[in-house]
Amino acid sequence: MKLLIWSTGIVAALAGAPLLPGIVNRVKAFFAGRKGPSVFQLYFDLAKLSRKAPVYSTTTSWVFRIAPVVNCAAVIGALLLLPIAGKASLFGFAGDVVLMLYVCGLGRLFTVLGALDTGSSFEGMGSSRECQFAILSEGAILAVFGALILLTHRVSLSGILAQMSLHLWSVDGTALILVGIGFFIVILAECCRVPVDDPDTHLELTMIHEAMILDNSGADLALIHYAAALKMWVLLLIEILLICPKFGGGAWGQLAGEILCVMLGAAVIGAVESVMARYRFRKVPQLLSSAIGMGLLAVVLLILFQA
Amino acid sequence: MMDFLMLDNGAACAVNAIPCVEMAEFRAALIDGVTKQNCRVSAFCALDINSEKRLLAVLLDSALKKLKLLSSKVGTAYPALTCDAPAFHWFEREIWEEHKILPEGHRWLKPIRFSAPDAEIGVTDYFTLQGEAAHEVAVGPVHAGVIEPGHFRFQCMGEDVHFLEIELGYQCRGVEKLLSGGPDVKTLHLIETAAGDSSIAAALNYCAIAETMNHVEVPPRAVALRTLALELERIANHIGDLGALAGDVAFLPTSSFCGRIRGDFLNMTAKLCGNRFGRNFVIPGGVRFDLDDAGIAELQKKVLQGEKELFHALGLMFDAPSVLDRLENTGVVTAETAREIGMVGVAARASGVALDVRRDLNCDDFIPETVRGGDVLSRALVRKKELVHSLDVVKRLLAELPSGEVQTPCPATLTASTLGIHLVEAWRGELCHLVLTDENGKIRYVKIVDPSFHNWFGLAMALRGQQISDFPICNKSFNLSYCGHDL
Repeated sequence: MKLLIWSTGIVAALAGAPLLPGIVNRVKAFFAGRKGPSVFQLYFDLAKLSRKAPVYSTTTSWVFRIAPVVNCAAVIGALLLLPIAGKASLFGFAGDVVLMLYVCGLGRLFTVLGALDTGSSFEGMGSSRECQFAILSEGAILAVFGALILLTHRVSLSGILAQMSLHLWSVDGTALILVGIGFFIVILAECCRVPVDDPDTHLELTMIHEAMILDNSGADLALIHYAAALKMWVLLLIEILLICPKFGGGAWGQLAGEILCVMLGAAVIGAVESVMARYRFRKVPQLLSSAIGMGLLAVVLLILFQA
Repeated sequence: MMDFLMLDNGAACAVNAIPCVEMAEFRAALIDGVTKQNCRVSAFCALDINSEKRLLAVLLDSALKKLKLLSSKVGTAYPALTCDAPAFHWFEREIWEEHKILPEGHRWLKPIRFSAPDAEIGVTDYFTLQGEAAHEVAVGPVHAGVIEPGHFRFQCMGEDVHFLEIELGYQCRGVEKLLSGGPDVKTLHLIETAAGDSSIAAALNYCAIAETMNHVEVPPRAVALRTLALELERIANHIGDLGALAGDVAFLPTSSFCGRIRGDFLNMTAKLCGNRFGRNFVIPGGVRFDLDDAGIAELQKKVLQGEKELFHALGLMFDAPSVLDRLENTGVVTAETAREIGMVGVAARASGVALDVRRDLNCDDFIPETVRGGDVLSRALVRKKELVHSLDVVKRLLAELPSGEVQTPCPATLTASTLGIHLVEAWRGELCHLVLTDENGKIRYVKIVDPSFHNWFGLAMALRGQQISDFPICNKSFNLSYCGHDL
């Protein structure tokens, strides 16, 4: 039973992830007074792209070809470490937080290498920006999970997230608020959303993530888009489990609640994108540093006030 | 100083009346005018007068509200004016490219639009930066968005732009050459489409020259309808620019609202004449179509509705701290730089330089809208202020449209051996047309000076020391015309 529910959650994530960008775009369209594309648009795009043969520049090597695959595999790997509907991950172990971080890092490493492999100045710029911001967002994730480990005295993702409860809010609410906000900032950065990046821009000079995949096409591009959507699902699910851990209705009710909340999270991202402009580059490190600061502050609070 | 020929805006003079002085005197008068007398260069070109090559300068003196003309015979070379008055630098490069007249001592002599038959556009020697951390980024001529072609080369240190070089010429169609031999059925069309977003302003210029040469008086109702069309053109373009600026900083609501509202105002121009860009509306002698009372009422209703929606959309943008933070102190051009390199229009006024043909040549009580910052925000604010002003003008004109005819018959010919010149403050800045006729009354030479011609170098200056990722919003805040420059 446990295995069934957990696997259902994984399958739901794999199948439902492309809905998230659709939801974000619909919310943005609503704020802009437009109708917007269908929420299933990414499914159509993926179907279209996967039927197309990728085009490879003669300057690229095998690195460029395997980059999208490694990246997508890395995100799926991270997903498999998550507990779902209160059921611990099959692959979880003590300290898997660090593994998740570096599995995501591996995906990023290959995306960056693939971009540099093309030798394009735009992709070089995009890679440099991606790395610059990744250093800070990884720091923020570490700080956030440091606080959570102190809070729950567990060192595996499944363990930490299983401990989250409404009771914790009444005891260590302040630390949880800081952790929640800090992690949300990380989500915006990792998913390349406004105010850090603008996924809709056509202006190469301002791109971060998009600049790195300018040369990708066909099925490779489909994999990249799919991995990005799945990454949003993974990060949103963690955020949901942090701030709103328990739903009623048994295990299946819990599963349904988590999935709904992930969609709601995408809508919140869409709303944030709709009401603010993108930051200039120099300000992005400040934003990410504030996420690190919130994580560290939570750590300090927990050390000081936990008996 | 006394040698200049003084003309009113839209006046014409016999070719032989243009004063011709020695080169030394010519240079001294121009440098003195531009650096000390607060004149600006409206046109500077080489042309054949009485079968001899001459340089002709048109300065605009805003204190006297006059255009000042002076010419000088020239051989194959002359000492460059650029070294003493940088505002001439783009003009001198143009003259060198087109007439092979060498401005001696010009520090940066290369083609501006690669119009020679054997020239390959963009293939030239570029300023380059050497060193470990220096890198070069080339953008264009084919861009990701739906914009005109231009090649931008950035010399960067990391994310910082040290130097930007802009190469244009991809849109060069030889409009000025096509116009010679006219006027004929193509003339007005060519004038209007040299830069299609300023069709009305360009047509106004040419028609004013044709009317002066034929001594035709335009009826008051036609004058009012022309102004109405010009202001609608300004409104539509300013709205489009502000919306595009919001789009570039990823601020969605204003971006999508402005896109639609711009369309509403273009449709009002279409209501006037059946074309959203006002093509074929302004003709020598007046305007082609009258506006009936029902049309006036409909326009009044639409203007009020559009105004309400517009200021709601702009309010969202100018009240959002994240937008202001993004625009402020980005792409700064100081007033000194703007004045020195001869910038005009919205971009100059955003740097606190109050240049505006509407005041400088035409009417006394007009006060140009200026902002002092010189940054992207200032260029946006100037547009917003001008929108308020233009909407007021439109509402006033619709309420008090003079009665009467809208056309006076105007012959399709021009006076022989005459030079006519007219300037108008188009939405980007001053647009200058100069027409020279031969002894049969045919057009021998037309010089079009688009505001973009003055301002492209300003964009390059705005980028110095900026972040390369800020280029798109700097570019959008200038929104210069490629085809207006390339002609």
